[in-house]
Amino acid sequence: MSETIKFHFDVDGQDFSSAGEASVVVKKKLRQLGFPPDVIRKVSIAMYEGEINMVIHANGGTADVWVDEDDITIVLTDHGPGIPNLELAMQEGYSTARENIRALGFGAGMGLPNMKKYSDHMDIETEIGVGTTITMKVNL
Amino acid sequence: MKISEIKDLLDAEVMCGEEALDHEVYSACCSDMMSDVLAFVKDQGVLLTGLVNSQVIRTANMMDMVCVVFVRNKVPTEDMIELARECGIVVMRSPHRAYDGCGILYSEGLGRGDMNV
Repeated sequence: MSETIKFHFDVDGQDFSSAGEASVVVKKKLRQLGFPPDVIRKVSIAMYEGEINMVIHANGGTADVWVDEDDITIVLTDHGPGIPNLELAMQEGYSTARENIRALGFGAGMGLPNMKKYSDHMDIETEIGVGTTITMKVNL
Repeated sequence: MKISEIKDLLDAEVMCGEEALDHEVYSACCSDMMSDVLAFVKDQGVLLTGLVNSQVIRTANMMDMVCVVFVRNKVPTEDMIELARECGIVVMRSPHRAYDGCGILYSEGLGRGDMNV
Protein backbone atom coordinates (compact mmCIF):
# COMPACT_ATOMS: atom_id res chain seq x y z
CA MET A 1 0.00 0.00 0.00
CA SER A 2 1.68 3.23 -1.08
CA GLU A 3 -0.91 5.84 -0.14
CA THR A 4 -2.23 6.52 3.33
CA ILE A 5 -5.94 5.85 3.69
CA LYS A 6 -7.72 8.20 6.08
CA PHE A 7 -11.04 8.06 7.87
CA HIS A 8 -12.59 10.82 9.96
CA PHE A 9 -15.62 10.58 12.23
CA ASP A 10 -17.50 12.91 14.56
CA VAL A 11 -18.54 10.99 17.65
CA ASP A 12 -21.91 12.15 19.01
CA GLY A 13 -21.73 12.53 22.77
CA GLN A 14 -25.47 12.85 23.24
CA ASP A 15 -26.55 9.43 22.08
CA PHE A 16 -25.18 6.36 23.84
CA SER A 17 -27.01 4.00 21.51
CA SER A 18 -25.02 5.27 18.52
CA ALA A 19 -21.63 5.03 20.30
CA GLY A 20 -19.38 2.67 18.40
CA GLU A 21 -20.80 3.39 14.95
CA ALA A 22 -17.42 4.64 13.72
CA SER A 23 -15.68 1.47 14.90
CA VAL A 24 -18.19 -0.70 13.07
CA VAL A 25 -17.51 1.27 9.87
CA VAL A 26 -13.72 1.01 10.30
CA LYS A 27 -13.97 -2.73 10.91
CA LYS A 28 -15.99 -3.13 7.71
CA LYS A 29 -13.52 -1.03 5.69
CA LEU A 30 -10.49 -2.94 7.00
CA ARG A 31 -12.20 -6.20 6.06
CA GLN A 32 -12.82 -4.87 2.55
CA LEU A 33 -9.15 -3.86 2.34
CA GLY A 34 -8.20 -7.45 3.16
CA PHE A 35 -6.36 -7.01 6.46
CA PRO A 36 -5.83 -10.11 8.67
CA PRO A 37 -8.62 -10.81 11.21
CA ASP A 38 -6.34 -10.34 14.25
CA VAL A 39 -5.28 -6.86 13.06
CA ILE A 40 -8.89 -5.90 12.36
CA ARG A 41 -9.96 -7.11 15.79
CA LYS A 42 -7.21 -5.19 17.59
CA VAL A 43 -7.97 -1.93 15.76
CA SER A 44 -11.72 -2.18 16.12
CA ILE A 45 -11.75 -3.14 19.83
CA ALA A 46 -9.24 -0.41 20.76
CA MET A 47 -11.22 2.17 18.81
CA TYR A 48 -14.60 0.98 20.11
CA GLU A 49 -13.47 1.25 23.75
CA GLY A 50 -12.19 4.74 23.00
CA GLU A 51 -15.44 5.77 21.35
CA ILE A 52 -17.46 4.50 24.31
CA ASN A 53 -15.17 6.40 26.69
CA MET A 54 -15.62 9.62 24.72
CA VAL A 55 -19.40 9.30 24.94
CA ILE A 56 -19.44 8.31 28.63
CA HIS A 57 -16.94 10.85 29.92
CA ALA A 58 -16.36 13.63 27.42
CA ASN A 59 -19.58 14.42 25.53
CA GLY A 60 -18.17 13.00 22.30
CA GLY A 61 -15.31 14.15 20.11
CA THR A 62 -13.59 13.08 16.91
CA ALA A 63 -11.98 9.87 15.72
CA ASP A 64 -9.34 9.76 12.98
CA VAL A 65 -7.82 6.63 11.49
CA TRP A 66 -4.77 6.48 9.22
CA VAL A 67 -3.95 3.26 7.45
CA ASP A 68 -0.27 3.24 6.44
CA GLU A 69 2.09 0.66 5.06
CA ASP A 70 3.52 -0.34 8.44
CA ASP A 71 0.76 0.46 10.91
CA ILE A 72 -2.75 1.72 11.56
CA THR A 73 -3.05 4.84 13.72
CA ILE A 74 -6.18 5.81 15.64
CA VAL A 75 -6.42 9.30 17.15
CA LEU A 76 -9.33 10.05 19.49
CA THR A 77 -9.76 13.68 20.50
CA ASP A 78 -12.25 15.13 22.96
CA HIS A 79 -12.82 18.41 24.76
CA GLY A 80 -14.08 16.79 27.93
CA PRO A 81 -12.96 17.24 31.54
CA GLY A 82 -9.57 15.53 31.12
CA ILE A 83 -8.27 12.61 33.21
CA PRO A 84 -7.25 13.77 36.72
CA ASN A 85 -5.16 10.72 37.62
CA LEU A 86 -3.88 8.79 34.63
CA GLU A 87 -2.14 6.15 36.71
CA LEU A 88 -5.41 5.28 38.48
CA ALA A 89 -7.37 5.40 35.22
CA MET A 90 -5.02 2.84 33.71
CA GLN A 91 -5.70 0.35 36.51
CA GLU A 92 -8.07 -2.48 35.62
CA GLY A 93 -11.34 -2.08 37.50
CA TYR A 94 -10.96 1.63 38.31
CA SER A 95 -13.85 3.64 36.91
CA THR A 96 -15.49 7.00 37.48
CA ALA A 97 -18.50 6.07 35.35
CA ARG A 98 -21.88 6.61 36.96
CA GLU A 99 -24.24 3.80 37.90
CA ASN A 100 -26.50 4.50 34.88
CA ILE A 101 -23.56 3.70 32.58
CA ARG A 102 -22.93 0.40 34.37
CA ALA A 103 -26.57 -0.47 33.77
CA LEU A 104 -25.81 -0.10 30.06
CA GLY A 105 -23.01 -2.68 30.27
CA PHE A 106 -19.99 -0.38 30.54
CA GLY A 107 -18.00 1.41 33.24
CA ALA A 108 -16.22 -1.66 34.61
CA GLY A 109 -12.89 0.14 34.52
CA MET A 110 -11.57 -1.89 31.60
CA GLY A 111 -11.68 0.75 28.86
CA LEU A 112 -8.20 2.29 28.97
CA PRO A 113 -6.44 -0.96 30.02
CA ASN A 114 -8.17 -2.70 27.14
CA MET A 115 -7.14 0.00 24.67
CA LYS A 116 -3.54 -0.43 25.80
CA LYS A 117 -3.82 -4.20 25.57
CA TYR A 118 -5.14 -4.23 22.01
CA SER A 119 -2.80 -1.58 20.61
CA ASP A 120 0.95 -1.91 20.09
CA HIS A 121 1.56 1.66 21.20
CA MET A 122 -0.65 4.08 23.13
CA ASP A 123 -0.04 7.68 24.07
CA ILE A 124 -2.39 9.83 26.18
CA GLU A 125 -2.29 13.61 26.37
CA THR A 126 -4.75 15.02 28.84
CA GLU A 127 -5.34 18.38 30.49
CA ILE A 128 -7.94 19.12 33.13
CA GLY A 129 -10.74 21.26 31.72
CA VAL A 130 -9.28 21.14 28.19
CA GLY A 131 -9.63 17.58 26.97
CA THR A 132 -7.87 14.37 26.06
CA THR A 133 -6.15 13.06 22.94
CA ILE A 134 -5.38 9.37 22.74
CA THR A 135 -3.15 8.04 19.98
CA MET A 136 -3.00 4.29 19.38
CA LYS A 137 -1.00 2.34 16.84
CA VAL A 138 -1.46 -1.23 15.67
CA ASN A 139 1.49 -2.67 13.76
CA LEU A 140 0.95 -4.41 10.45
CA MET B 1 -22.31 -27.26 17.82
CA LYS B 2 -24.52 -25.78 15.14
CA ILE B 3 -26.43 -22.59 15.91
CA SER B 4 -29.60 -24.48 15.02
CA GLU B 5 -28.87 -26.88 17.91
CA ILE B 6 -28.47 -23.91 20.27
CA LYS B 7 -31.84 -22.67 19.08
CA ASP B 8 -33.46 -26.04 19.82
CA LEU B 9 -31.71 -26.57 23.16
CA LEU B 10 -32.68 -23.11 24.40
CA ASP B 11 -36.24 -23.24 22.96
CA ALA B 12 -35.28 -20.02 21.25
CA GLU B 13 -36.98 -17.86 18.67
CA VAL B 14 -34.72 -16.59 15.90
CA MET B 15 -35.08 -12.82 15.35
CA CYS B 16 -32.64 -12.59 12.44
CA GLY B 17 -29.94 -14.59 10.68
CA GLU B 18 -31.98 -17.74 9.84
CA GLU B 19 -29.65 -18.33 6.90
CA ALA B 20 -26.67 -18.86 9.24
CA LEU B 21 -28.22 -21.50 11.50
CA ASP B 22 -25.95 -24.17 9.99
CA HIS B 23 -22.87 -22.26 11.17
CA GLU B 24 -20.71 -24.19 13.66
CA VAL B 25 -19.67 -22.56 16.95
CA TYR B 26 -17.15 -23.97 19.39
CA SER B 27 -17.61 -22.01 22.60
CA ALA B 28 -19.86 -19.51 24.34
CA CYS B 29 -19.83 -16.90 27.09
CA CYS B 30 -22.41 -15.06 29.17
CA SER B 31 -22.29 -11.54 30.56
CA ASP B 32 -24.27 -8.36 31.03
CA MET B 33 -21.07 -6.32 31.19
CA MET B 34 -19.89 -5.56 27.68
CA SER B 35 -16.67 -4.15 29.18
CA ASP B 36 -15.87 -7.64 30.46
CA VAL B 37 -16.74 -9.26 27.15
CA LEU B 38 -14.32 -6.90 25.39
CA ALA B 39 -11.62 -7.55 27.99
CA PHE B 40 -11.79 -11.27 28.61
CA VAL B 41 -13.48 -13.00 25.70
CA LYS B 42 -11.23 -14.47 23.04
CA ASP B 43 -12.81 -16.79 20.54
CA GLN B 44 -16.29 -17.34 21.87
CA GLY B 45 -18.79 -17.55 19.05
CA VAL B 46 -21.95 -17.08 21.12
CA LEU B 47 -22.93 -14.46 23.67
CA LEU B 48 -25.79 -15.01 26.12
CA THR B 49 -26.94 -11.83 27.80
CA GLY B 50 -29.78 -10.18 29.64
CA LEU B 51 -28.69 -6.72 28.54
CA VAL B 52 -30.70 -5.19 25.72
CA ASN B 53 -29.11 -2.29 23.86
CA SER B 54 -27.25 -1.66 20.61
CA GLN B 55 -23.87 -2.01 22.31
CA VAL B 56 -24.52 -5.73 22.76
CA ILE B 57 -24.60 -6.19 18.98
CA ARG B 58 -21.60 -3.87 18.43
CA THR B 59 -19.61 -5.70 21.10
CA ALA B 60 -20.43 -9.06 19.50
CA ASN B 61 -19.36 -7.64 16.15
CA MET B 62 -16.05 -6.35 17.56
CA MET B 63 -15.36 -9.79 19.04
CA ASP B 64 -16.24 -11.60 15.78
CA MET B 65 -19.11 -13.42 17.48
CA VAL B 66 -21.72 -15.00 15.25
CA CYS B 67 -24.70 -15.39 17.58
CA VAL B 68 -26.33 -13.41 20.40
CA VAL B 69 -28.98 -14.99 22.64
CA PHE B 70 -31.17 -12.71 24.75
CA VAL B 71 -32.29 -14.62 27.82
CA ARG B 72 -35.61 -14.43 29.69
CA ASN B 73 -37.32 -13.68 26.40
CA LYS B 74 -36.02 -10.13 26.29
CA VAL B 75 -36.90 -8.43 23.04
CA PRO B 76 -34.22 -6.62 21.02
CA THR B 77 -35.28 -3.42 19.26
CA GLU B 78 -35.71 -3.17 15.48
CA ASP B 79 -32.55 -1.03 15.33
CA MET B 80 -30.59 -3.78 17.06
CA ILE B 81 -31.93 -6.43 14.70
CA GLU B 82 -31.09 -4.27 11.69
CA LEU B 83 -27.55 -3.74 13.00
CA ALA B 84 -27.17 -7.49 13.61
CA ARG B 85 -28.29 -8.18 10.03
CA GLU B 86 -25.67 -5.75 8.72
CA CYS B 87 -23.00 -7.45 10.85
CA GLY B 88 -24.10 -10.98 9.91
CA ILE B 89 -24.97 -11.92 13.50
CA VAL B 90 -27.72 -14.41 14.37
CA VAL B 91 -30.02 -12.99 17.07
CA MET B 92 -32.40 -15.12 19.09
CA ARG B 93 -34.33 -14.91 22.32
CA SER B 94 -34.82 -17.69 24.79
CA PRO B 95 -37.29 -18.10 27.66
CA HIS B 96 -34.53 -19.56 29.84
CA ARG B 97 -32.65 -17.59 32.49
CA ALA B 98 -28.97 -16.89 31.83
CA TYR B 99 -27.74 -19.43 34.37
CA ASP B 100 -30.02 -22.15 33.01
CA GLY B 101 -29.19 -21.34 29.39
CA CYS B 102 -25.47 -21.59 30.09
CA GLY B 103 -25.96 -24.85 31.99
CA ILE B 104 -27.93 -26.41 29.15
CA LEU B 105 -25.34 -25.50 26.51
CA TYR B 106 -22.39 -26.46 28.71
CA SER B 107 -23.85 -29.86 29.59
CA GLU B 108 -24.45 -30.51 25.89
CA GLY B 109 -20.77 -29.93 25.17
CA LEU B 110 -20.48 -26.25 24.29
CA GLY B 111 -17.65 -25.12 26.56
CA ARG B 112 -16.15 -21.71 27.23
CA GLY B 113 -13.12 -22.32 25.03
CA ASP B 114 -9.96 -20.40 25.68
CA MET B 115 -10.70 -17.30 27.73
CA ASN B 116 -8.30 -14.40 27.41
CA VAL B 117 -7.47 -14.02 31.13
